[in-house]
Amino acid sequence: MPCNDGAGAVADASRTSTAASRIGLRTVALAYVGLILLLPVGLLFWRTFENGVGEVWNQLTDPSALHAFRITLIVAFFAVLGNTIFGLGASVLLVRHQFPGKRVLNARIDLPFAVSPVVVGLALILVYGPHTSSGGWLADRGVDVIFAVPGMVIATIFVSLPLVVREVVPVLQEIGDEQEQAAWTLGASRPQTFRRITLPAIRWALAYGVVLTLARALGEFGAVAVVSGNVIDKTQTAPLYVGSAYQNFNQQGAYAVAFALALIAILALVVLNLLRPKEHA
Amino acid sequence: MTTGDLQARELHPPIPPRRVQPSRFRVDRGTGIGLGLATMYLSIIVLIPLAAIVFRAFDNGVSGFWDTITTPEAWAALKLTILAGLGVAAVNAVFGTLVAWVLVRDRFPGKRLLETFIDLPFALPTIVAGLILLSLYGTDSPIGIDLAFQVSGVFMALLFVTLPFVVRTVQPVLLELDQEMEEAAVSLGASRFTTFRRIVLPNLLPAIAAGTALAFARAISEFGATVLISGNLPLKTQVAAVYIFGQIQNDRPAAAAAVSVVLLLISLVVLVSLDALQRWGRRRG
Repeated sequence: MPCNDGAGAVADASRTSTAASRIGLRTVALAYVGLILLLPVGLLFWRTFENGVGEVWNQLTDPSALHAFRITLIVAFFAVLGNTIFGLGASVLLVRHQFPGKRVLNARIDLPFAVSPVVVGLALILVYGPHTSSGGWLADRGVDVIFAVPGMVIATIFVSLPLVVREVVPVLQEIGDEQEQAAWTLGASRPQTFRRITLPAIRWALAYGVVLTLARALGEFGAVAVVSGNVIDKTQTAPLYVGSAYQNFNQQGAYAVAFALALIAILALVVLNLLRPKEHA
Repeated sequence: MTTGDLQARELHPPIPPRRVQPSRFRVDRGTGIGLGLATMYLSIIVLIPLAAIVFRAFDNGVSGFWDTITTPEAWAALKLTILAGLGVAAVNAVFGTLVAWVLVRDRFPGKRLLETFIDLPFALPTIVAGLILLSLYGTDSPIGIDLAFQVSGVFMALLFVTLPFVVRTVQPVLLELDQEMEEAAVSLGASRFTTFRRIVLPNLLPAIAAGTALAFARAISEFGATVLISGNLPLKTQVAAVYIFGQIQNDRPAAAAAVSVVLLLISLVVLVSLDALQRWGRRRG
């Protein structure tokens, strides 16, 4: 919690003029955050419950909305699974192992941050689309990637790929490898050392990265919109449902599902806040 | 750490060499297998698809690429995207720093709550952001401001999604800043503004630059938050990401790929220079 007591010392030096400027700055900052952030989010809550709680429940239990939530969960599950395993492996590789081209790998992992979600979708269509050679080869073997769940999982993995690695790498660096060396010396195998020494040390950073990945996976819109084809009751995820419902003049449906997604996002923030102090303890 | 950290943190922190390693240049078998698997995962999901975009964009050579991005619609979309990105980055540089300052140096009830909620734009699905901004600034706006299908609406949406970047890069630096320098300046008679300009600001500049660059990169690639409020009017409110989406829907992947390459290039240049700046800053100490 950034409450800086040193601020008091500076303030003492010129208390009278400070009070006015401090309140002025505070007002401007709060007005900005209020206008840009809090007002829109508050409005979402108001709009959602405009027609009562019953209506929200009806919209959320609409079969197409429920199907969209199910698809979202399936896609998010596989994306989180893939990126957790990759994230752990890549972090250990980057911090504990020595190989040529390490900096290149390290930089490439961050690449997804520089790519627009729509561009992610386009890139995947160009490689795995039904009219491409690789996509056609897969389709002949009964694997549809684009306009199907596998493509949506790959798109979600793409956009959330760096999140676990970027949380785990600094912690692995910080804890060093003395304990791991000691365990090896005492005869522990590599998997044993990882499970008993490394994993407990990085568990909060890992949990943090996983929650970030999950939040991103549940909310991804642009990349999934391109590769899914957005077919209602088939490949439509909850965020896609929000967009489609709004454009089809089902505003209550759009607000209800958006509200549910916003609640999940807020829950994720609260969980992240709880994880934070433990990591730095 | 916060949600913001992950974008805010240096893009690739240096990886120190492993301490206990008999021969530095022999890659052992475990490392080899791990490296192979990680490279494969990264290639299938990220590298090959991105390479495919570049190939597709230059299918008809450099002139074909140039003709595609200079069609009036594509050019207008790129221009709007870059200008809006620059504007949003500038607003963020000022107000992000201000919000960070207030969060670190001020105390008021509800600060803890505000601290948590600043990250909301990172956690909130972009389409939800798009929807709520349209309901606030749309045709049936409760506050009577109708920015729907206008550039200003797009601008507000971009301000929403980029809000945390500068706040989250500046905040940790401000927390670490030694206040004795400021006290010295004040006791020597400097005004508060002079103290800020001569003492605090130079220390914050690298962090402000980093946050602003990240906000810019995010603003030019944003899709979900802008797609509803822009109304998708070519030559008027259509940003590059929305243009690309339209071209994909109309089965014109070459045009989509060409504009994608421009976006990719701009983001990469911004992020690589940011990385270079940070390395340079670190070497200077």
